[in-house]
Amino acid sequence: MINNQEELLRLYKIMLTIRRFEERVIIDYQSGAIPGIVHSYIGQEAVATGVCTNLRQDDRIISNHRGHGHCIAKGADLNRMMAEIYGRKTGYCKGKGGSMHIADFKIGMLGANGIVAGGLPISAGAALAAQLEGGDKIAVVFFGDGATNEGEFHEVLNLASIWKLPLIFACENNGYGVNTPVKYATGLDHVSERATGGYGIPGVVVDGNDVIAVHEAAKKTVADVRAGKGPVFLEFMTYRWRGHYEAPGLADLRPAYELENWKTKCPILAFERRLLKDRAAEKQTLKDINAQVMQEIQHAVDYALASPLPAPEDALEDVYSA
Amino acid sequence: MRKTTYDQAASEALMEEFRRDDKTVHLGTDIPADLREEFGEARIRQTPIAESSFVGAAIGLAGSGFRPVVNVRMATFGFVAMDQFVNQAAKITYMFGGQAKFPIVYRMTVGASKSFAAQHSISPYSMYMNVPGLKIILPATPYDMKGLLKTAVRDNNPVISFEHMGLGDIEGEVPEDEYLIPFGEAVIRRKGTDVTVVALAKMMYEALAAAEELAKKGISVEVIDPRTLIPLDRETIKESVKRTGRFVVVDEACITAGAAAELTALVVEDPEVFKRLKSAPRRVCGLDIPIPYSPPMEKYALPDCGNIISAIEQVMKNK
Repeated sequence: MINNQEELLRLYKIMLTIRRFEERVIIDYQSGAIPGIVHSYIGQEAVATGVCTNLRQDDRIISNHRGHGHCIAKGADLNRMMAEIYGRKTGYCKGKGGSMHIADFKIGMLGANGIVAGGLPISAGAALAAQLEGGDKIAVVFFGDGATNEGEFHEVLNLASIWKLPLIFACENNGYGVNTPVKYATGLDHVSERATGGYGIPGVVVDGNDVIAVHEAAKKTVADVRAGKGPVFLEFMTYRWRGHYEAPGLADLRPAYELENWKTKCPILAFERRLLKDRAAEKQTLKDINAQVMQEIQHAVDYALASPLPAPEDALEDVYSA
Repeated sequence: MRKTTYDQAASEALMEEFRRDDKTVHLGTDIPADLREEFGEARIRQTPIAESSFVGAAIGLAGSGFRPVVNVRMATFGFVAMDQFVNQAAKITYMFGGQAKFPIVYRMTVGASKSFAAQHSISPYSMYMNVPGLKIILPATPYDMKGLLKTAVRDNNPVISFEHMGLGDIEGEVPEDEYLIPFGEAVIRRKGTDVTVVALAKMMYEALAAAEELAKKGISVEVIDPRTLIPLDRETIKESVKRTGRFVVVDEACITAGAAAELTALVVEDPEVFKRLKSAPRRVCGLDIPIPYSPPMEKYALPDCGNIISAIEQVMKNK
């Protein structure tokens, strides 16, 4: 358990930053200020937060299309993230990538990825790099339950297993691949059975809406993987509150009661209640953190809005490296 | 000068580059024995037959500061990993705004000629040429293999080395001393004044044979080997066609939407070249069929010296 109040509040602030960031992105998408596709992470904040707070800056993560939370939790700059989503020249990728391709190699964030399971082979390489370097760096790959039906997923489980790669498979099982229920698509209640049964990789099922549970599971796993014990599969049970992506009139075929039920298990409200009950924080402290987060998000939007759009011919740069 | 084979030249290139840079790593289902002996199992890593995983792992290695060389073996196997080639390796530098470099070499065997049939014979350069972000080399001689492959290992981008299955045993002069061949520099294999023939990979040898034959009839053929397709030495080709006024391009890949079409467009789109053309350019390419197994059919599917001679005689009709 985390006994340190500072650490608890750090988790709280990261989760809240993700939530407020995503809420603002949705509003600005709906107003037309954000030009392109965004996939909201709302509802899953505890996973990125609980995992990434156990990592060092030199550990490497690979993310997926729903990647804002992973970026924020790994320490990405909100201004440059927002500027990227706004398509500005000052964004992380100079406006070339947008929401689905945010990366910050300086903090070990090796990129979000728009192809389901597409980041998994890359993560095997990042983990192999850590192994070859000979230190105790690790890699973490975030993906959803939907990725577990892709061939790339299976190839990489196998590779990680036979090479004993220092790689954590962080699977966010939010119950659906777009609109396809995981039970239908896999025939399993828990996709981690694929890791344990087929590839000899230890698998752990974790309540993905309980940030302390996520943090504890990740802490133990990170220590094991750092110690060279090979890959581990963490399956976080959670739920996304929004449709697969933001779009006017997007068909969301999930039953409405599910969302209502999961909203009662909001990872942030649950953690707030716990902090107050355990007297780990005063109500006012949480309010102050919220105000600070709101200010940071507003600052990020202001930064994006004040940033220039790229010139059309900037599109010609960065196809190749020098 | 000393002679080596095409395959030996590739081995030498890798050996030299692996000695030079300890960030190099080799991935592939085959283990190159010489590299394994000198650099060990960790760096010379055998992979399962799982192309997506190791083609993609090379990207993660490169993004983490390593310099992987991947032996994909047949180009037909490369298609199993197309997400990693097209969506990932080719685009990752660009999508991330150039914040990281991805130095990777992917080696693949191309071509036909050995009765390997359709799923082990193909020349898919143009598919990859249509994906910005990849560089493409096409060595046709042992000398070029060594020089281009060494340059590829030092390049900071994903480079695909397409190596023809029919060239592995051919011998050629390769200097003992180290050398590199820059990308984007074509070589004129034979000087000529009547017609420019650009020939890719193994077709370069067929074109040289055709040139030799036609010389007896008083036709002077210039043969150009571009050596790299991305980047492409446009100037050498255009300058040659301006001089000769006639153009034939030879590639054993299927004719439809192949590299030969791109090279033809290069010639006819430039007004300065176009106005010097004395006749319509011609493509000499593989037929639009999968490569068949049986030798008579396989031979029929591919262009040869005879087809090239016919095409050159056609373009020579308009004096």
